[in-house]
Amino acid sequence: MNERERWLDSPRNVTRLVSALYALCAALLVADLFYDKQTHFAFEAWFGFFAVFGFVAYVFIVLSAKALRRLIRRPEDYYEHRGPGKRDA
Amino acid sequence: MLEALLNPALLLIAGGLLLPLLHEIPRKLFMLALPAASLALLCWLPAGDAGEIEFFGIAMETLRIDRLSFVFGVIFHIAAWLAVIYALHLKDTLQHVAAMVYAGAAIGAVLAGDLVTLMLYWELTALSSVFLIWARRTERAYRVGMRYLIIQVGSGVLLIAGIAVRYVATGSVDFERMDLAEPGAPLIFLAFGIKCAFPLLHNWLQDAYPEATVTGTVVLSAFTTKLAVYALARGFAGTEMLIWIGAAMTLFPIFFAVIENDLRRVLAYSLNNQLGFMVCGIGVGTELAINGAAAHAFAHILYKALLFMAMGAVLFRVGTIKASELGGLYKSMPWTAAFCIIGSLSISSFPLLSGFVTKSMILTAVAEEHRWIVWLMLLFASAGVLDHSGIKIPFFSFFAHDSGKRCAEAPANMLVAMALAAALCIGIGLYPAPLYALLPFDLDYDAYSVTHVITQLQLLLFAAAGFAVLYRRGWYPPEIPSLNLDSDWIYRRFAPAVWDGFLRALAGGRDRALQPVLRLAWRGAARLSLALRPNGRVADAWPTGTMVLWTTLLLGLFLLAGLRP
Repeated sequence: MNERERWLDSPRNVTRLVSALYALCAALLVADLFYDKQTHFAFEAWFGFFAVFGFVAYVFIVLSAKALRRLIRRPEDYYEHRGPGKRDA
Repeated sequence: MLEALLNPALLLIAGGLLLPLLHEIPRKLFMLALPAASLALLCWLPAGDAGEIEFFGIAMETLRIDRLSFVFGVIFHIAAWLAVIYALHLKDTLQHVAAMVYAGAAIGAVLAGDLVTLMLYWELTALSSVFLIWARRTERAYRVGMRYLIIQVGSGVLLIAGIAVRYVATGSVDFERMDLAEPGAPLIFLAFGIKCAFPLLHNWLQDAYPEATVTGTVVLSAFTTKLAVYALARGFAGTEMLIWIGAAMTLFPIFFAVIENDLRRVLAYSLNNQLGFMVCGIGVGTELAINGAAAHAFAHILYKALLFMAMGAVLFRVGTIKASELGGLYKSMPWTAAFCIIGSLSISSFPLLSGFVTKSMILTAVAEEHRWIVWLMLLFASAGVLDHSGIKIPFFSFFAHDSGKRCAEAPANMLVAMALAAALCIGIGLYPAPLYALLPFDLDYDAYSVTHVITQLQLLLFAAAGFAVLYRRGWYPPEIPSLNLDSDWIYRRFAPAVWDGFLRALAGGRDRALQPVLRLAWRGAARLSLALRPNGRVADAWPTGTMVLWTTLLLGLFLLAGLRP
């Protein structure tokens, strides 16, 4: 198939995109210094609380789900490999 | 009595039942006009209670329009209308009828002024919606539909039981705020909880929704669960237990969503997680929290429908919705991809989009009550939303590894429905004032404070950075064809296995008890038959002497018997 090359097809552009994301993150972190944070809880006011929380929570969720998969993963036809309903699975 | 017929729900249901009589073009026009006419009727009707009828001696108020029911009524109409547009290409009239009756029933339930009316519409939502699953017309869909129906009708039966207990104890079927200690209230609470997919009662949702038809899932996603949210907001606002149930609901589905391969099932888990935010808000019960729950339901119906529409379009064009078989579809379906991304950003609560201006009301309400543990749970769940709905859905279908699959863009009517839903997501995000004005309470709330915008962006973009790191290092769990066990395992595998074991043990016991008796009987029969065989004892030639001896004995016996005292 001769399709035209898309901008995202080049790994270099993807890396650029990811670098832009990291740069944006850094900018947001620095932004924490420049405004008056209005908070309900004391810990919210810590520098970069939301940034660290977001990153750590995300990584924790994904890695623990990965561990959970070992426990609960089954073949696709687990419920259907016997009895009717097998044909159109 | 006649005045009771003036109900948007009845208009939709009756209109839906007329659909099979119409030919294609008139039917399409009629379907498009119906929700609009019904919404106009809803707006025209005066606020307050109406539609009184007698039912077996119980006075029912079939129509109650106040601010809480109105906002749900409006969004249900919008959802019904979007679903009609999305399904306009469909020739299967059964689905159109089912969808229209289902939408009507859900609206009727929301507008119900008493518990009996609520219960009647409650059951009708179950009975009508199951056809959207069965319409797939496969053995698998049939079985899923049966499971769905049993659970939904079960919820209705609990509701009936609760109403009966309540009626006997108090003589009233009014649907107002209840306390869990009141008679019948726990049963009603449980009935609502099943439909709202509380933790461990949730699995009908993830089981059934992904198995419905392309257009059916879009319809299903809007009504049943949000009807339950409305019912909880009406009946159990401020119930402490709901805070914790809601918080748990936001958390556990996110882990399942990360490793689920069927992308429509991922969305079902995500739906469950979003319901958690609403339930939590209802549990907090302050004016801001109830407003937040209603507003979030409003925004959620739109972006969730949008996401289900996008995934439905992929399923419609490619024939599969398994993440392991998709990727790179943005080249074939650029519009669908763009709309999907808008839905994803909305559900993740990016600033300028609908989720941002609604979810934050719930979090603020929780914070104002100084519940920092719950608040952290919700914040944690917000990072999870970014993964499964914000990144996973668009990334693995439209980007990621190019699957090489090429297809046509989604049909025009689907694109129009998605465009409208996306426009509403953006519109609410940019200009939330009209939505805020619809909410149950008058409040002055501004989502766009500097703190909120920056902290939310920090949370989301650092979580996205987490994805970038994990994915590029190869630590992100790969998409593989698989199935994950969930609580449905209890009734699909465990309970049948226990029952099987019980029957087997019973049969074993029976065998062990009967075997000695049977063996004895067989041996006796064999010995008997031995005597009757050609050269057995009975058939033998007997000596004359023996015969004489027996005859003498017999005659002697007769003699003895004949002697009288």
